[in-house]
This record gives sequence, C-alpha cells and structure tokens, in this order.
Amino acid sequence: MVRIIDRRFDSKNKSAVNRQRFMRRFKQQIRKAVSGAIEGRSIRDLENGEEVAIPARDLSEPSLHHGRGGTWEQVFSGNDQFSAGDLINRPLGGGAGGSGQGKASNEGEHEDDFVFQLSREEFLDLFFEDLELPRLVRTQLAKVTEYKTQRAGFTADGVPANINIIRSMRSALGRRLALGSPYAGKLRELQQQLDELLAHCNGDQACEDSEEARALREEIERLREKIEQIPFIERFDLRYNNRIRVPCPTTRAVMFCLMDVSGSMSEERKSTAKRFFMLLYLFLTRSYEHIEVVFIRHHTVAKEVDEDEFFHSRESGGTVVSSALLLMRDILRQRYANGQWNIYGAQASDGDNWDNDSPLCSQLLGRDILPSCQYFAYIEITAGEPQNLWREYARIADEQPHFAMQRIESPADIYPVFRELFKKTIL
Amino acid sequence: MTTAATRKLDPLPRGSEWSIESIDRYHTEIARVAAHYRLDTYPVQIEIITAEQMMDAYASVGMPVNYHHWSFGKHFLATEKGYRRGQMGLAYEIVINSNPCIAYLMEENTLTMQGLVIAHAAYGHNSFFKGNYLFRTWTNADAIIDYLIFARNYITECEERHGEEEVENLLDACHALMNLGVDRYKRPPKLSLAKEKLRQQERESYLQSQVNELWRTLPAHDIHARPESPGRFPPEPEENLLYFIEKNAPLLESWQREIVRIVRKIAQYFFPQRQTQVMNEGWATFWHYTLLNHLYDEGLLADSFMLEFLQSHTNVVYQPPYNAAWYNGINPYALGFAMWQDIRRICENPDDEDRHWFPEIAGSDWLETFDFAMRNFKDESFIAQYLSPKIMRNFRMFAVLDDDRENKLKVSAIHDDEGFRRVRDVLSDHYNLGAREPNIQVWSVDLRGDRSLTLRHQQHSRRPLGDSTGEVMKHLARLWGFTVRLETVGADGQVELHTEIRRDKRRVGDTG
Repeated sequence: MVRIIDRRFDSKNKSAVNRQRFMRRFKQQIRKAVSGAIEGRSIRDLENGEEVAIPARDLSEPSLHHGRGGTWEQVFSGNDQFSAGDLINRPLGGGAGGSGQGKASNEGEHEDDFVFQLSREEFLDLFFEDLELPRLVRTQLAKVTEYKTQRAGFTADGVPANINIIRSMRSALGRRLALGSPYAGKLRELQQQLDELLAHCNGDQACEDSEEARALREEIERLREKIEQIPFIERFDLRYNNRIRVPCPTTRAVMFCLMDVSGSMSEERKSTAKRFFMLLYLFLTRSYEHIEVVFIRHHTVAKEVDEDEFFHSRESGGTVVSSALLLMRDILRQRYANGQWNIYGAQASDGDNWDNDSPLCSQLLGRDILPSCQYFAYIEITAGEPQNLWREYARIADEQPHFAMQRIESPADIYPVFRELFKKTIL
Repeated sequence: MTTAATRKLDPLPRGSEWSIESIDRYHTEIARVAAHYRLDTYPVQIEIITAEQMMDAYASVGMPVNYHHWSFGKHFLATEKGYRRGQMGLAYEIVINSNPCIAYLMEENTLTMQGLVIAHAAYGHNSFFKGNYLFRTWTNADAIIDYLIFARNYITECEERHGEEEVENLLDACHALMNLGVDRYKRPPKLSLAKEKLRQQERESYLQSQVNELWRTLPAHDIHARPESPGRFPPEPEENLLYFIEKNAPLLESWQREIVRIVRKIAQYFFPQRQTQVMNEGWATFWHYTLLNHLYDEGLLADSFMLEFLQSHTNVVYQPPYNAAWYNGINPYALGFAMWQDIRRICENPDDEDRHWFPEIAGSDWLETFDFAMRNFKDESFIAQYLSPKIMRNFRMFAVLDDDRENKLKVSAIHDDEGFRRVRDVLSDHYNLGAREPNIQVWSVDLRGDRSLTLRHQQHSRRPLGDSTGEVMKHLARLWGFTVRLETVGADGQVELHTEIRRDKRRVGDTG
C-alpha cells in the first residue's frame, strides 16, 4: 500500500550547513566582491542584500575529462540541408552545429562569474567583520525599547470608554433587521388581508367588526409587539476601538557629514570622501533602527544641504572649517539635544584651513561637540604633508578616546583606514 | 484486472488544487493500470515537500540525506538564484532508487502535475530501477538510505575528531577523482547499516596492517627470501582510482580510507544512472503517457486534465533542431520516448522495413519485448540494438565528424539507407561511458624506489585531457603522499609524460 508523507513541515534548511561552508571557503573572494559592490551606490541604497559575483574559475571543481581537440563525431537532429560528404565551415566559438559543442559545458571552462545572493545580514557581516561600534556600551544601554499605543481596528470587547458608537449602532441595526424580518413579512401579509377585507366591507360597520377582521387585528397587534420586543441594542452589538502597543525604537542616531568643498577639494577627493561617508552610514545601519543624516558642506561659510547637492554641486573659495563645526553645534542644540539621539560625526577635508581658524576648530570640537558625540571621525584626504588642521586635531585625539583621525591618500586606502578608525577597542 | 474494463468507475477529482485524498485516489488508479501492464515496482512512498526542500534535495545530489560539503552549498546557491529569479523551474519530481521507492511531489504542483509525477516517477522510474540489470548489479535499493546515514554520521564524527578543514580537503580530493572511482565490471558487496558499522571497525585494523608493505622500513633480511624480481605492482592495471587509493595509499589514516570508500560507494551508486539516461527517462515518459492515456480512455480523467498534461508532456519531449538557439544536444527524454513508442509500434504494427531491421521483435508481444529491453540494456547497447530508421528519419539525424587536423567539418552520414548504420553507431558511441570519459588507469607503483604512482591515459581518437587535469593530479598527490605522474599513450603507442607532481618529503596527514 502506498504511503503518503507530508514533509512540508520538516526541517527546511538542510543545506544551510553546506551554504555556510561554501561561504567560509570562499570568504576572501566574497569579501572582495562585497567591497567592490558598494562603489556604485548611493549612501542610503546600501541596506539591501547584495548580489555577489565571484569568478567561476576560483570555485570550479576539477575532474578528469576530455578537452577539446582530437576527433569527435556526433549526431545532431533536424537536418535541413546536408547530405553525406558535405563539408561545413567550423562555426566560430563552438556555436550550434559545432562538434564537441555538447562537451563544452562539461569542461568547466566557462568564464562567467558565479553569481549568488547574499542576505542583507551576511552582506553587512562580511563588510563589518572585526569592527565594533564605538562606545557600544552606551548604545547597548540606550537600546531599551519603548512602547506607544496606536489604533488597530475594532474589537468586540473592551472598556466602556472605548465604545465606538457608529460601529455599535450599525451592528445593532443589522441585528434588529435580521431578527425582525420574519415577523415583518408576516405582518405585511396580514395587514394586506385586513385592508382587502375592509375595502370589501365598503364602510359597513358590522362587516368591519366581523370575527375575521378582529382575528386579523389581534394577530397584527401580536406581531407588532414581537417586533418591538427585539432589543434596540445588546451587549452583542457593542464595538470598541482597539488600541495596541507597538514597540518604538529609541535607538535613533544622527550622522553628521561634514565636507570641505573649497577650491582645493577636487572631484576625485570628493568622491573619496563620499565613499567614506557611505561606509559610515552602512555601519550605523547595523546598530540603529532609525538614522538621520545631516549634510553640511562648507568653504568659508557652512550650509546644510541635501545629499545630491552635497556631493555634486561645485563651489570654490577659501576654507574656514570652524564655520561647519559651528553649524553642526547649532543643529545639535536645536534638533538633537533631547538625549534621545546617538550622535556621530564624520568630517572630510583636505586639511587646508585658514591658519587662524584651526585653533578655533579644535576648541569647538573639544568643548562643544565631542562631549555629546558617540564618535567623531576626521579624515584628511591628501597626498602631501599633514596640514595645520591635522596638527590641531592631533592634540584632541590624544585626549578623547572617541575621536579618531586618519589620512587617506587614494580611494584604495578607504577601507583599510575605515577599519583602522573603527577597530575593535575594549572600552 | 479484467474487471477494470467492466466496472463502472468514478471519475477522478479535477481542477488544479490537490489534497492528500485526491493524490491517494490518483495513485490508486495509476497503480491499478500499472499492474495491468505488468509493471514490477518497489513499494511506493510519496513525500510532499516544499520548493525550498526541493532545492535542498537538489543540492545534495537528489538524496534525502548526505554528508556536508561546500560544493553542495554552491549547487544550492546556484539553484536558489535561478529559481528565485524565475529563470528556471524546479524539476517537478525527484525519485530515489530505494526500497520503498521515494518520490517527491512538490507542493506548488497542480493536481495534474502530481498525477503526472506519480505515473512518471513512482511507476516509470521505479520499475526501471527494480528491473534494469545495471541497477540490480550496482545498487542496493534496500540499503542506500541507511548507508547515507552511516556516511553522514561517520564524516561528521571525523570532522569533530580531525577538524572540518582536514576532512574537507580530503573530500575535495576524492570528489575530483569521483568519476574514475567506480568499478565497471565487479559486483560490489551489499551494504547495510549494522553490517557496515561492524565491518568498518574490522577494516580499520585490518586495512592498516595490509598496506604496510608499501612503507615497510624493516630490513629485508628479516623476511623469508623474497623473489628477486619484485614484479609489477599492481599486477594488473587498475581502473578504479579511488579503490586503489583506498586499498594502497601508504600514508592515509584509517579514517581517511573510510572516507575515500564512502565517496567511492556513492559514486558507484550513481554509476548506473549516468549510463541509462535515455532509456530510463524515455521509459518513465513512455509510461506516464501510456498510463494516463489509459485512464483517460476509461473515462476517469477530465479533458482539462489531459490538456494540461499533454502540454507539459509535449514540452518535455520536444527536440529542437541543431540550428535552434536553445539546441543542447539530443534530448534524452525525446529520444527515449520516441524509441519506446517505436518499439511498441514495431511489435504491434510492423512494416516491411521493420521486419527487415528487427526480425526478432517485429510482431512479437510488446510487453514481453519491453520487459526484455528494459532489463538487459544500457543507453549505448539500447541504441545500438533498437534505434530504427524511422526514428532517425523523424529526428532527421545526421552525424558530423570534427577532426582538428581538417579545416572543415564533414557530414559523415545522414538519415538515408547508406547512413542509418553509421548514424546509429555514432549515437550509440556517444552514450558509451568508455568513450565519453578518458581512459585512465593505475599503471604502476615504484615499490622499491621512491614509491611514486604512475597513471596511464590511453588516448581515444587523439582527444587530449581537459584543463583541470593538473589540479586533479595535485589532489591525487595529496592522497597518495608521494610523487604521482600521468602518462599519455597516443594512438601510435608513444608514451608521453603529461603531468608530474613531485612530493618527496613524506608528511603524514599533509593534505593542504
């Protein structure tokens, strides 16, 4: 006798182990593909899983098989033009009709990349391996979830204060109609009979008071009473507004991107800075449910702008870095001062500042900004000697553990520098 | 079964939604008709699974249990990607050559597809597994699931004891040699879980003592006077490379030998499937077609069922012409189905050509002829025996000769009177595993000298070895532990060194 077994609810991820092993084995290649993958994306577009391509050659499994060459004789189907003895030109690239073509797929020679999907978690894990969020301790403490109530339809029970009148009346009306309808039909029928009878009588009193009419009237009366006995509203009809508690994230973070757009910052340097900001943004998405980004760009004056303008519009002029820091401080005080925000800052500059301004910068940073920040990173994008801003900041870096600074010379440095900045530290 | 014709039958459920009860009813009717055609099968076990589980099963070469290895993970990712993007449908069915025969039905299939799969897998493939001589010789349907459980547990244990990486490297090496790790002519012993466990322990101690001769370091005079000439080792060339490694590799630990053995056994289990693709798929396709048509003729199946069924049936047996963009060789389903249909035709309505070509079967009882053909052939011999001129004409087959010394390809034969035999031979040879895979054998071991292992590749039609041969030889060197080399023997008998991997230092357990 046949056995039919429903296995749909059995364990699903039998291949999970194999998948993990695959990932472990090709970690190097996958990691390389992952860091290549972020280059072409906008800052906020990085949260999705990533399709990763690694060269098929790296993961082919070798086997003993025939290669091309020698003689092959093969049968094909669909002859439309050939007779025995015909000579055919060798098709280019082993296309259809070529001998040995069926073999090609066995040879492990295709150059196509092996493409597969990483989940968002896997993608970010690979990306931020060995990195840990700075000052994680405080963040962890802040992760207590708060609840707020919100509406969620209607329920059949609740407290009187929540009764929804329209809904309740509507269902009462429906119930009354449903329960009364058999009587109402009967009532109409009797009423019609009575009307006919009375019309027949032509005003004759004896006829109108006859036995038959009386019986009808009594019956009508009885039915009316029955209909009236149906209660106007019942407990059953009551509907209550439903309110549920939903967790609302308090782990909010704001990230300030500060960038120098003075004449000395070339497009190339800006794009380097952009990648750095992208990394930081990605990194924060790992830990916070809600992130706001504030873009501040400056030359001699600072301005808050949107992302597009931040990266793409051109300005020139001198450099006063403190203007950006001042603006950041003001925005902090206005919008993010209520203690519910984790504040991160990232500043990119070529380090070329107006000389007298640099001490002011370090003062602003050290006194006003750093105390409320979780972390502040400064990168100097320059190939030459450290500039005056660097020297000023270097003093702060010694005193403040959550301030970090690094120099980037070319885009290739970004990732290592990023790792360096956010290296696991025991606090 | 004669009552079937007279009994008034209730039509089977229709529509596309299936339920366990409707599957049961379909199965009952299909089983009844299958018995009417005298199909001999293992008991059937139908398992309903989700698409995800189907992908899991896919990834572990279609088996319900298997050991863990990254290559299965790679396979899984590729399948998953194709499926998610909708580029590729999953196969409707996976059927396992076991007793009871396990057929997977996918949850997403419509009722029609479930009926089709039951007929195709649970009766078509199942009867083929039970009857065909290759499966009877090389696989043991009673024990395979048990053996796979044993294999997985054993390998997991090894991973715990010796580290995942060590085991993984060993498996990589074995997989590289897998297609040359099968016996072609010997009957392997039967396996069962309990017996296998017991014997594995015995083997562990026994094997280790047997292979000692290779690395014996005691002075020769301790032993009785040995013959002056050591003779060849191995005395006869050995074609099963994994078998040779398992029994003779000097430096392997006993657990490593056991793993080599597991890979070898599993390769052996799949060996018949590789040789009977056309026959097996054609057989299953023929039977789902015949069984369902029979049920339709009895009035059990709705027209809507038949339309859906015929549509997917036609897709399966479509043979694109050589110049179509999606041409990918001869479709085994199409060829197999056409051949079985044709054999039935020859038996039932032979014409003069058939009487000339197939005097023994023309006009014979088709069920008996079928049974004989199914039991006693593999693709190569099946085509050589039964491919009729009519099929070659219908497929418009032609043979093309590609000689890399010539500038042009040559059409060597087409579907005409002069060409039929040639086309048939060429096609039959295409399915000959001996010609399809390179002929590589263990040639000798330098017992007295550096213990190096020499393989010989006998060239077939001057075909060279593929690009990854060097990689495979590295794996072989890891297993053997000493120098390995591969020689190629050309058509003229000239021996050339193809690859040599030197390994002088003897380091136990060095697999990386």
